[in-house]
Order: sequence, then structure tokens, then C-alpha cells
Amino acid sequence: MEVHSGDYRARARRIIEETPEVREAVTAATRTFVEHRLEAFADLDEDALSHWAERVKSHALTHLADYLEEAEARLVERGAHVHWAESASDVHRILERIVRDNGVKKVVKAKSMLSEEVGLNPFLESCGVEVLETDLGEYIIQLFDEPPSHIVGPSIHRSLDDIRAIFHERLGTPRDASPERLAAAARELLRNAFLTAEMGISGGNFLVAETGSIALIENEGNIRLATSVPRIHVALIGIEKVLPKWDDLSIFLQVTAKSATGQPVGCFVSIIQGPGGSAAGEPDGPEELHVVLVDNGRSRLLADPEVWEALRCVRCGACLNICPVYRQTGGHAYGYVYSGPIGAILAPGLVGLEETLPLPFASTHCGACKDVCPVRIPIPDLLHVWRKRAVERGLTSGVERSVLGLWASVVTRPALFGLAEKVAGLIPDQVVRHLPMLREWSAGRELPRATGRTFRELWDEGIE
Amino acid sequence: MRVSLFVTCLGDRFFANAAADAVRLLRSLDVEVDFPKDQTCCGQPAWNAGDVPEALRMATHTAEVFADADYVVLPSGSCTAMLRCTYPRLLEAPAVAERSYELAEFIVDVLEVTELGRGLEGRRLAYHHGCHALRELGLETQPVRLLESAGAGVVPWEMDQECCGFGGLFSVKNPEVSVAMADRKLDTLPDVETVVSADGGCLLQLDGRARHRGLPIRFKSLASVLWEARRGGS
Repeated sequence: MEVHSGDYRARARRIIEETPEVREAVTAATRTFVEHRLEAFADLDEDALSHWAERVKSHALTHLADYLEEAEARLVERGAHVHWAESASDVHRILERIVRDNGVKKVVKAKSMLSEEVGLNPFLESCGVEVLETDLGEYIIQLFDEPPSHIVGPSIHRSLDDIRAIFHERLGTPRDASPERLAAAARELLRNAFLTAEMGISGGNFLVAETGSIALIENEGNIRLATSVPRIHVALIGIEKVLPKWDDLSIFLQVTAKSATGQPVGCFVSIIQGPGGSAAGEPDGPEELHVVLVDNGRSRLLADPEVWEALRCVRCGACLNICPVYRQTGGHAYGYVYSGPIGAILAPGLVGLEETLPLPFASTHCGACKDVCPVRIPIPDLLHVWRKRAVERGLTSGVERSVLGLWASVVTRPALFGLAEKVAGLIPDQVVRHLPMLREWSAGRELPRATGRTFRELWDEGIE
Repeated sequence: MRVSLFVTCLGDRFFANAAADAVRLLRSLDVEVDFPKDQTCCGQPAWNAGDVPEALRMATHTAEVFADADYVVLPSGSCTAMLRCTYPRLLEAPAVAERSYELAEFIVDVLEVTELGRGLEGRRLAYHHGCHALRELGLETQPVRLLESAGAGVVPWEMDQECCGFGGLFSVKNPEVSVAMADRKLDTLPDVETVVSADGGCLLQLDGRARHRGLPIRFKSLASVLWEARRGGS
């Protein structure tokens, strides 16, 4: 997808000012996720689980080539086609070929953030293929023609009224339809699509090297259908999704579901190890399974010793849910497929720092994300690394650099500091309000009340 | 016992009376307080902005100023976190790091005092946990304990641990989001007379927004309220 992160502030402002209901919807949904997450971990040793998960993911990432080749070998043994895609355009070329070779006209899609990352839907549509999202949240945002605003809940920024209105317009449901009625209308349409599509496309939550198993977590059953009913199944999997052993999987399935929605485990877990059909001796399942292993910037991130840990991410969205900055706007402000704290550290790594500024600065460094990450990604530290690099590369604003430089020069000379404080105290508020930066403060907040004297002066006079 | 007060740059300019209250409070607990005059800013603004060389200059200066202090006590959670948690990443031998304490933390954990007096009898307060105090220092129970043992009711506040939106430069680089975050705090506030916090930045943010909206809420530094607890009355 295109990256629009440079407009973060303007986008955030527009969302807050023009669609205040987004802030309410996102806050309500994320707070519910957070409560459920707390309940899910209440009786478990969360610390031990996250330390273990961190170690397994770090081990897998530091032995990535071996595990990927192992996974490939297992999948090929069972008749799957494995493709390696270095970039988004590689993914496009691979898909174009599968579509052309098989005369695919209709695709049903399971939810996949990676497919958003590589801009798959617009590409397939440009090839003349009809693409239908089958996750209800994804289907809703497809109707609105907008990207997901959350990793797990792609349409959480939309209110029930928004959804009623678009369903009324597009599917003819009553204006006051209940959520159940809306879901039923979508189900009816999607059931037909599952039966008529030639191809299903999914992502992959995990890829187990030992057994060549693709694991998919979901709640609606649409992934099960999209990956088993059409004649062809294509799974797009980021290379960082690999787990070494089959035994690792059950814990990761639980940790991910608990962190994401507070469920003990997803309502459906699909494990896919190869195609079905008579050739494979399986009565069910697609005749062809294509697994596309996607790099798209991940190797570069992995080779970067300061920020590689971001690749441990299991896309649970817990850091988005807890993030008070994310809650004010939802994901669209970030202008990138991954939003919130994890987006702000993945974006510069996968796309480039210059292209994704100011995302590493779109955080108060409150640290709440660090405490909820199930694989212990030190998100605030990684944000700081990107900030440091932005400064080193001269990418931050000149005004800001001058102010900080001046400040450092003043505060390392105590006499000058005392003088500067006195001078600052003499500037009238009417002037202060219009100074760079402070003007931004004053737009929605009053300036601090002057206390008259500084502590230094009180100390000199004697504190009784 | 002798401590060096690090009033912090925000404290010196905007919370001078609260810092003076911190001195009174410490002295009332038989602590001798000194105030090294060369102290200025801990360097946190530059660190948060990613400007490591400038942060290093300020950290070096601060570490020198407090090199001989037995304890450094700060009426600020986030500046304490800068000294304790960030200085070890900037400086080679930051002895100052392990000798630095936020005021309430020093009183409870070092002095082992948990009751200051009964000066807050009948007061209804809300406590805002500054993010760095809470998550980097682990300062959670100490301030509340001191307030409650002085007779105050610390009213439960569902958003008491959520960021106020200040974030240093964040507040002026992303003012719309920053203000929305402050509004979330203010809009969920229970019926209290005063909001108390150990962090000046948060107080400026919340107070600045509340006054802009014309909300009749008072914001006070923890140091001042703890001195009220000790001395009695407001």
C-alpha cells in the first residue's frame, strides 16, 4: 500500500476534529480488548509466558534461513508450491501468474495484514479479478474503500450507525438493522462467494518449520472456508512468522489470542500442511496450495542490530489497544498498514525512516505498550533508536534542533541558566503565546501560571 | 541524613512553592536539605527528542553537580526516571543514578515513613500517575499510601494510570492528539476537589487544558499536598 505517514499530524487532526465519533469508537473497543486481555492472563504466569515466547521468537529469527528451508522442504514434500518474494512486486508477479494459469476470475480473501502491506487487492483488481474480503470487519472496510485501522479489528473505527448506513446502501438491509441482521446479510453474500470463487487467499499467523504447518487463527469460520472450498489456496506469510517446533505452536496460539482479544484461543484454528484432492489422498481441501514467503524489508530489518527485535511481533494488537495516542485517532492517522506503537517501529524498518517520519515521534513515550507485549519487544527503546537516527540524519525540524541545542548550551552554564530564567519570566504571556512551539501549546491549553519567583530565589531568601 | 534537592527546570520556574514545600517536609522529617546552585535540567527533553549528544551534555553536567550528594531527591517522577534509568545508558559511571529518588519514594522507601500526619482529613483527591514514575520507577503505592494515611480519600479514577498527553515535545508537535488525551483524562475524572501528581509536566498539561475549558478543578504537586498532610490544613 502507499505510505502517507508524513501527514500524521494533519490526518490525526482531521480525524479528531471532523470525525469525533472515531475517537469514541476506538477508545471503547480498545478498552474492551484491554479488559478481556487482563482477564485472560489473570490466572497465568504472564511473565514466564512472555519470556518464553520472546526466547522462541528470537531463536527462530536468529536461525531464520535454516527454519525457512525446513518449512519449505516439508511443504514441498506434501505437494505445496513454495514461492519466495523479496518485494511487493514479486508478490504481485507470483499472484499474477497463478491467476493467469488458472483463469481465476474471483478471489475470496481471509484477513491478512501482509496482503494489505503489499497492496494485493488493487493489484488483483487491476488484473481483472474480483476480490472479496470475507472477514466481516475487512468486508465492512472494503465497502467503505478504506484500509484497516487496527491489526485485529480492522473496522473498529466504524460505529454501528456507519455500518447500518453502508449496508443499507449496498445490501439493502433496513436502516435500523440489528448487528445480527447485518452479519446475516454479509454471510449470505459471502457464502455464495466461497462457492463460486476459484481461489482463496489467506495470511498465516505462524509457520511451523518442523512440520511445514501453516496456522491460522480466526473467529468467524471464513478462513476455514476461504482456505478449503476454492480450488486454489494461496497463503501469504511473512518470513518472520516461522516457529521452530510443532510443540511451540500451541502456546503461541494461546498467547496470541489472549493478547489480542482475551480469548483463551481463537474460535477456529486451521492447520494447513498441504493441498487436498485425490493426488494428496485427502478428500477435502484445495487442489493447489501455494505458499508465498514474503520478505518485503524484513531481512534488512533483521540485519539491523538495534531494531531487529520488532520482528518478534505476532500481530496481536495489544500495544495498539493500550496506547493512549492510538486511541485518539485509530490507525488511519498513521498512514501505514501497521499503526500504533508497533507500526511506528515497523514502518521505518520496513519502508525507510525518511518515508515514515514522524511516526517514531507519534508517541508520548509513556511505556504502556512495553508492558503488554507478549514477546517483550522493547517498543519505547526502539522508538528511541529511530528518533536518535532521525536526529543524526538531520531529518528533524531545524527549529527543534536549534531550540534543543540552545537549551543544552544554556543549562550547562548555570549562570546563564539563571539569567535566562529571569529573562523568560519578563516576557509577557501575550508574546509567549506566539513563540514557535508555545503557539501550538496555547491553541488548546492555557500557559502555566507564573509563580512570581523561581525556587532559586526562594532558596536564597530562606525557606521557613 | 542529608539530601541534595534537584528542583528540576520545570520545578524551579513553575513549581517553586511546591519545591519549597518539599524542603519544609524533608526538614520536618529531620533531613538536612542542600541545594547545589549549579543544577539546571536533567536533559530529558533532548533525550526524548532523540538528540543523544545534547542529552549527554546535560546529563554530564547534572552528574557533576550531584557527584558528592548522598541522596538526590526530586519532586518529579520523570526526571528521577531520567537519572535512574537513562543515565546508565548515557554515562559511564553514573553514581548519581542509584542515589536518586522521587520525593514520595524517598520518604517511604528510604526514610521508611508511611504516616506524615493527619492534615488531609476529609479531603477528596484523585492521583495521576506520571508514566515514567509508574512504569520506569515502579512508583505506584508510595504516594497514594502517604495521602491516604493522612486522611485523604483517594478516589478511584479509571484513567489514573493513562498518559495525560504531555510527553514533552509531543505536546507541541502533536497538539491535537495531546489535547485529546488530556480531555480523556479530564472527562473521566471523578468528583474530586484536587488532582495530585508527582510530575510537573503532567500538571501543566492537565491544568492548562482544564483552565482552557473552564473546568473548576485544582491541580497540585504531590510535594505541596504531602506538606499539607504533615503540617495540617491547607
